[in-house]
Amino acid sequence: MRLRGSPLVMTLYLLFLLVPIYWLVNMSLKTNAEITSTFTLLPSNLTFRNYAVILTDPSWYMGYVNSIIYVVMNTVISITVALPAAYAFSRYSFMGDKHLFFWLLTNRMSPPAVFALPFFQLYSSVGLFDTHIAVALAHCLFNVPLAVWILEGFMRGVPKEIDETAYIDGYSFPRFFVKIFMPLIASGIGVAAFFCFMFSWVELLLSRTLTSVNAKPIAATMTRTVSASGMDWGVLAAAGVLTIIPGALVIYFVRNYIAKGFALGRV
Amino acid sequence: MEKTLNNKAWFLVLPVLVIVAFSAIVPLMTVVNYAVNDTFGNNEFFWVGLEWFEEMVTSDRLHEALGRQILFSAIILAIEVPLGIYIALNMPKRGFWASLCLVLMALPLLIPFNVVGTIWQIFGRVDIGLLGRYLAEFGFDYNYTNDPLDAWITVIVMDVWHWTSLVALLCYAGLQSIPNAYYQAAKVDQASRWAVFRYIELPKMAGVLLIAVLLRFMDSFMIYTEPFVVTGGGPGNSTTFLSIDLVKMAIGQFDLGPAAAFSIMYFLVILLVSWIFYTVMTNLDKEEGK
Repeated sequence: MRLRGSPLVMTLYLLFLLVPIYWLVNMSLKTNAEITSTFTLLPSNLTFRNYAVILTDPSWYMGYVNSIIYVVMNTVISITVALPAAYAFSRYSFMGDKHLFFWLLTNRMSPPAVFALPFFQLYSSVGLFDTHIAVALAHCLFNVPLAVWILEGFMRGVPKEIDETAYIDGYSFPRFFVKIFMPLIASGIGVAAFFCFMFSWVELLLSRTLTSVNAKPIAATMTRTVSASGMDWGVLAAAGVLTIIPGALVIYFVRNYIAKGFALGRV
Repeated sequence: MEKTLNNKAWFLVLPVLVIVAFSAIVPLMTVVNYAVNDTFGNNEFFWVGLEWFEEMVTSDRLHEALGRQILFSAIILAIEVPLGIYIALNMPKRGFWASLCLVLMALPLLIPFNVVGTIWQIFGRVDIGLLGRYLAEFGFDYNYTNDPLDAWITVIVMDVWHWTSLVALLCYAGLQSIPNAYYQAAKVDQASRWAVFRYIELPKMAGVLLIAVLLRFMDSFMIYTEPFVVTGGGPGNSTTFLSIDLVKMAIGQFDLGPAAAFSIMYFLVILLVSWIFYTVMTNLDKEEGK
């Protein structure tokens, strides 16, 4: 007997989740005149002007490019440094390992607001202010610990005998790690990369503090343009819809690992 | 798993240590430096000791922000945790519908924080928002930009919308690990629905549920972007939570000393909760290993 869920509850809950998103999409397909003058549940004059504005104006679409650049940089850095560390944590005990693990966790938990101002000064003083790498490094603060925790969770599932057999067969450590071990935890690497991507993508406070023009993320572009040009609601909604799309696309591939990722590999 | 003692493993951890230390320790030291000094600009600093801490500990502004923050986190947990469990119990167990539910539920979790704010800002507006418009039509006097209570309700509903799925997904993962035999045994014993929940499902969910509660507590405790976009901390100061107040103080008014002292106390609270979190997690790992 599996206790069965009620479709009614789920339908109501999913409606609750989707109605605000529907309203955003709806508004992005309307003209500003229609948004402010009439109240319609579906756009009466379907228009793609709002999307056209974003996709043809460099000051808009460069926001997306900037975001994607620093998010990808961050994901690559985080996974590269986290892989060996997670291996060390899952296989060996060494001096101070528990303290180190705890310290990493505190960084995942620390509020970005505490770090915003010192980051600004740190990156200004080393000349990295308003570069993509600055945001990528700043996001490492919470993404590297996250990646270590998730990967460690996956690596513990790989029996140690595999390592030992490989060494007996004459594999060196780097060769074993790349050729044998990484394929075994490929899904774990995928999940960790996805979560790094995601947390870097949704973060605004640090990325906005560390950039002004050249590396300004789309999220910051949205907030400024809106206040300056007297509320262009349609374009704002369209920009919002475009930021949802990357997440919506990849979510399908990691749907069964979402819980594991959010729980730092501990489900 | 038995772990071998090997201090050379430090070399594998070194890259992580360097990168995180650059992003964590240097800024933290800067904060500590500000917290014990006063400055009149030009990089001239005067040692003031614990003065800022005293000022902050006794400041009404901080107490109010802290009070609002605790109230907010408490309400969030009180709504999201039971609701999340309830949703998890009602999710389809497998097949196409389960996948669809997982994907749709995860959607709000992947929206950039300020877009979440924007969505609700638009959705709640009386002139152009679906929610605000319909509430007005049914005779509610709803306006989140003027009325503190409405602002609170909007921010809370937004957070429930944004994060309940996280609790539900974690509980769902916990429920999936219950073998069918448990349910069959319960059926043989003619256990009630409540008994099944209380003695089978809840104990199996306890681990992930604890993680969910701690994560929700931490994240709601440092919430910044979403309420900032929707209400900007207003009307008045009614939705100014700790992070919003901190950023106002540090970047808006450039009161570095008090802001830094504030940051450090904030950080100590985080450290304490992280420690609880860590203890819970390592205990879970041990149980799993048995």
